[in-house]
Amino acid sequence: MNGASPNPSAAALQARFGAAIVGVSVSCGDTIVVVARERAHEILRWLKETPGEAYDYLVDVTAVEYRDRERPLEVVYQLWSLPRRVFLRLKVELPKQEPLAVDSVVDLWRGADWLEREVYDMFGVAFRGHPDLRRILMWDGYAEGHPLRKDFPLRGRFSRAEQVRQALTKTPEAHHSVEELAVAEAFQQLSDDARQKFERAGGAGGA
Amino acid sequence: MKPGAAAAGGDAAAGLISSPNWITSRLDDLVNWSRANSLWPMPFFPACCAIEFMATAASRYDISRFGMERLGYTPRQADVLICAGRVPFKLAPMLRRIWDQMPQPKWCISVGACASSGGIFDTYAMVQGIDAIIPVDVYIPGCPPRPEGILYGIMLLQKKIKGESILDPTLRVEQLPDERGMFLRPAAVDEQSEPFGNSVHQTRSA
Repeated sequence: MNGASPNPSAAALQARFGAAIVGVSVSCGDTIVVVARERAHEILRWLKETPGEAYDYLVDVTAVEYRDRERPLEVVYQLWSLPRRVFLRLKVELPKQEPLAVDSVVDLWRGADWLEREVYDMFGVAFRGHPDLRRILMWDGYAEGHPLRKDFPLRGRFSRAEQVRQALTKTPEAHHSVEELAVAEAFQQLSDDARQKFERAGGAGGA
Repeated sequence: MKPGAAAAGGDAAAGLISSPNWITSRLDDLVNWSRANSLWPMPFFPACCAIEFMATAASRYDISRFGMERLGYTPRQADVLICAGRVPFKLAPMLRRIWDQMPQPKWCISVGACASSGGIFDTYAMVQGIDAIIPVDVYIPGCPPRPEGILYGIMLLQKKIKGESILDPTLRVEQLPDERGMFLRPAAVDEQSEPFGNSVHQTRSA
């Protein structure tokens, strides 16, 4: 327990979910709760929607891979309760022998969308139920793997010449499409003058 | 160049020669002098060296002394591409597209260690020198280079331009990439990005 007392939410979780709470620890004053992968989504929903907990802000979703090859990869959820002003850190352990997958929480926090895409891009964790699980930092079609994994060489897997060649075969438009910027979807919500401006420019108005 | 000197009277020819309204020069000198002193830069600033370029362009160092004060973000109306900052592989096709859009005659200045060699970013994500993407005329070292360094690089480019000849047909030929889309041979790209410095101990297979 590292001396400090854990966040009361940890005891509440243990009382409510029992064996699904794998471990509780305190590090630098922050409470870390390790939960079972199958029930992580349920637990996160409970933490968000139960009035006494009210962790309504998902600060970050990230992942950690340790140098010890036996240790599982961890997906980390950093929660913050805006009304109660309390942090809570949740971890889900993903053994490396199995496919790395966990349920998406985009249905709970819309802001998890890009965070989960980043974890997918960098670590290869599949978020089940994510509406649009694509790479976000590396480009679509990046073929060298997931760069933050420990088995990924610092300079990438391909030779420099091959990396340059592959990068130059991409068209800039492939990175930043109108669809990606959601201009076409948002078009009807624009003000009248902005919409007319787009129509004059022959932009997204036709879509 | 020889401005017409005042003559102390004489015949008609001497009167013409003594007129102050004409000069003799080589056409190369005239064209190169105009080009070198009216370079229109296309700023391509992906990172922090751009801050030094802003200082160079501002009043203390005053880049307009070199006829370069028009920093236009329009490659079709630019002569010299100034790349200041590290270029990740994801940005490489944009840099190539901008270079392709610039009309001849055109030159390129690579500002700083990262644009010239990848710098400290010897990683999976970073181009190890933009000369793998576009041809470069002047490399300015430094992390970042001081404005004096950038001005010196600009003056080197002016010196290079003043050595060109309009009769040399090879100078203004657009350099086309090969079928792989590259200017350099793959072996050259690999060789110039050989590891050195901090990351020398990590091999590709590690």
